[in-house]
Amino acid sequence: MAAGAASGGSATTDTYAEAKTWLLMPAWVTIGIFVLAPVLMMLVYSFLTKEFRGGVIWEFSLSAYDQFFFDRGLFGDDPPKIEWTYIAIFWRSIWQAGAATLLSLVIGFPTAYFIATQPEKTRAMWVFLITIPYWVNLLIRTVSMKFLLRDQGPLNDFLLSIGIIDSPLHIVNTNFAVQLGLFYSYLPFMVLPIYAAVERYNFSLSEAAADLYATKWVTLRRILLPAVKPGVIAGCILVFVPSMGSFLAPDLLGGAKNFMIGSLIEEQFKGNAGNWPFGAAASMILLTMVLIILMIFARQQAKAEKGAS
Amino acid sequence: MSDERENAIDVREAVKRYGDFTALKTISLTIKDNEFFTLLGPSGCGKTTLLRMIAGFENVTEGEILLYGQEIENLPPYKRPVNTVFQNYALFPHMTILDNVAFGLEMRGNSKADARKRAGEVLELVQLSQFAARKPSQLSGGQQQRVALARALAPQPKVLLLDEPLSALDLKLRKAMQIELKHLQRETGITFIFVTHDQEEALTMSDRIAVMSAGELQQLGEARDIYERPRNMFVADFIGETNLLEVSVDAVEGGRAKCHLGGGHELTCNAVDEIGAGSTVHMSVRPERLFMSDAPTESESLKGTVKENIYIGTDLSTIIALADGPDFIVRTSNSDRGIKRIFEPGSDIYVNMEQGAARLLID
Amino acid sequence: MSKGKYDIKSFPGFRAITLLCLFILYAPLLVVTVYSFNDSQSLTVWEGLSWRWYADVFTGPESGKFKEAARNSFVIAIVAATTATIIATLAATAMVRGGKFKLRSISFGLISLPLMVPEIVTAVAVLIFFNSIGFERGLMTILISHIAFCIPFAYLPISARMQGIEDTYEQAAMDLYATKRQAFTKILLPLMMPGIISGFLLAFIVSLDDFIITNFVKGAGVETLPTAIFGSVKQGLKPNIMAISTMLLSVSVVMVTISYFVSKSDNTK
Repeated sequence: MAAGAASGGSATTDTYAEAKTWLLMPAWVTIGIFVLAPVLMMLVYSFLTKEFRGGVIWEFSLSAYDQFFFDRGLFGDDPPKIEWTYIAIFWRSIWQAGAATLLSLVIGFPTAYFIATQPEKTRAMWVFLITIPYWVNLLIRTVSMKFLLRDQGPLNDFLLSIGIIDSPLHIVNTNFAVQLGLFYSYLPFMVLPIYAAVERYNFSLSEAAADLYATKWVTLRRILLPAVKPGVIAGCILVFVPSMGSFLAPDLLGGAKNFMIGSLIEEQFKGNAGNWPFGAAASMILLTMVLIILMIFARQQAKAEKGAS
Repeated sequence: MSDERENAIDVREAVKRYGDFTALKTISLTIKDNEFFTLLGPSGCGKTTLLRMIAGFENVTEGEILLYGQEIENLPPYKRPVNTVFQNYALFPHMTILDNVAFGLEMRGNSKADARKRAGEVLELVQLSQFAARKPSQLSGGQQQRVALARALAPQPKVLLLDEPLSALDLKLRKAMQIELKHLQRETGITFIFVTHDQEEALTMSDRIAVMSAGELQQLGEARDIYERPRNMFVADFIGETNLLEVSVDAVEGGRAKCHLGGGHELTCNAVDEIGAGSTVHMSVRPERLFMSDAPTESESLKGTVKENIYIGTDLSTIIALADGPDFIVRTSNSDRGIKRIFEPGSDIYVNMEQGAARLLID
Repeated sequence: MSKGKYDIKSFPGFRAITLLCLFILYAPLLVVTVYSFNDSQSLTVWEGLSWRWYADVFTGPESGKFKEAARNSFVIAIVAATTATIIATLAATAMVRGGKFKLRSISFGLISLPLMVPEIVTAVAVLIFFNSIGFERGLMTILISHIAFCIPFAYLPISARMQGIEDTYEQAAMDLYATKRQAFTKILLPLMMPGIISGFLLAFIVSLDDFIITNFVKGAGVETLPTAIFGSVKQGLKPNIMAISTMLLSVSVVMVTISYFVSKSDNTK
């Protein structure tokens, strides 16, 4: 009988209520000053004038965004045209992230499903096996991937030796290599939420469907999939979002042709050629896109939860 | 009841509200020193809320709570000389049994050695000395329950609060613990306040029972009182099995009320002050206070037909339909089967009740 | 799956895909580990087992750079993870045991902010921030940004753990005359220990592994292991990088394994 706890306001779950401000203060201050304030500062910087040797001049300017979207000719007096270079880089990032997400889903869903339907004792071990690589340094993982896929790397050696191919496959410096790298970087993010959803799924629903003459695959599609959809969407977002802003995979596996947003941004802050307001503006655009995706997702999840209860 | 005893707990017009929701509506009651007192009611009736207010886990919206004459409603739990046996025991999982029992003593300022020594003595009282060095998870449910009891008793509280402590045990163990608890209360002389939703448990153990429902006190009295003289519909219905039937009161005279049931059957009930002639109310008569016969007897007899016999182990339950009237349930002890007849379904019989068995109830 | 029994849960091929998935995840790491023991100047030819590249890491021409970077990495990881764990533990106590309050969801948003913002954006923002307040880049800037970035990683396991601890334990302690502070230190904190340890280890790994933010906020000449490795890789893959990668990889695997077993050891049972 937990009438008190359930109706809230009881003195029980708020054991440390009077100290909460002091307990939260360090977290507020640290993240507020060193993450939130910097993001706001970045917003300000994106509206400033660039200084040629890196840094900014404190003068309001829209030129960073203007440069991103429009081409005004060499001397700035032509009628403005849409500038496709940067939009294309963003587009490529979205495309690459999408392909990596799809790849992760195709491999990740069956994996998550398989793990979730294992006996309870071994499940934790499977999850553990899937997550270990995630905790290995992303740089090292990407370098390892590059090493494996190189023209003279072990993969090509192996394929040549068993005679499937006659000359090495050129995988590094292609779009596919980047997708593979992204997939490799964030796969656990796809598996874990789907796993959690399938684990919570009540399999007597599937049994009821089977009892009513539905085949296994129909049951999967019509009964299970709708039930675990929030987990699938969460997994897709958790892979898509970091993929879009990733830097290491495109930089190490993609080469110059396969430039993504991450590299574009990084370039603006390295050495003397940088354009800080432009880098800040590109970051703002990336952040805005990510926040919009997260917001749509949060709203959907809230709707799904309401529907469930 | 010797009323010269001190009041252990005085609840004076206590109210508990959560926002708009009122969990307790102006409750006043007194619990005597050295009493086994039970708060009984269905879940959500406010009994646990009241207990937690006495313990100090819920603050009191209005009113006062006195412990041996001292106001305590504003003291934090750790300043109240009252201990609780929690429903799920809440034994500290990272400490040994001995350290669990010694915890309260230590917190009260006893030295560690001293606290442990006395904890050992209390463990002996509940016959668990051999488990002192174990962790709670290594004990069975019944043993954990006794540790929880020992832990709450060790600091020698003035009042011990027990929040449905037996609900997690199986039936046999529960019965054994009921008796053990009762003995322990007599031995220690500590006032026990026991919360339960199990009316049988309450009747077995308590000196006095407070029946609660919907945040209100329905009836307060000794076990026999509550069972035999329920004051209202809720109490009659909640405690034990009963025939609860609508009656019209024709006349009231000398503590007796002449009534009639649907179908015109006449009977006499014990009257209540609040109910006068002309009203339509409910009356309650316990099935075991009724008996059946072929012919009318000297007691009050109502004519009916046997519908069904239901065998329930110790007893036989018979459902009887009065002619054009309501159904009655009659309970016959199976030990009497040799003497009393079993009436097969379809038999025309009379339902008889002793004088005073039927009582009028207020709503 | 016993023969003839209809198993509603199993689908053909799912096990194979799971094994393929594990293979993809582990193959590159295994290959690098194996090749780090290759006794050859070139990366392509296998010339037998040898420790030479491990020796090279400690005594070779780049050893000074790597030692310095390793020292920086570990000092930063230890300090950042410790600080973040303390901050996260306090915050979790307020969030899980502070009742309902207005700023609760905002606080949660703030705490998980570093997880929602793409890492490269955080990196840019922090760089701009330090630049705008004139804070000179160096070890200190790396440390501060790591602390902030590690808080959610420490927070999640700690708060999950605390949610799993019923508050009746603390109530029982206070019923037995413990003050709130005593109930916290004697009951809640010991019960939370597995969560705290696993939070610390995750924060430690996140800090040790971070490349992007570090790369932005480190001053000229200050290196951590990941930035030093990245610098070397940019000049071409070399066998000593395989060796150093294998060592760093082992540290991560060991720590995650510890974290796994600690969080599995449930001291409330």
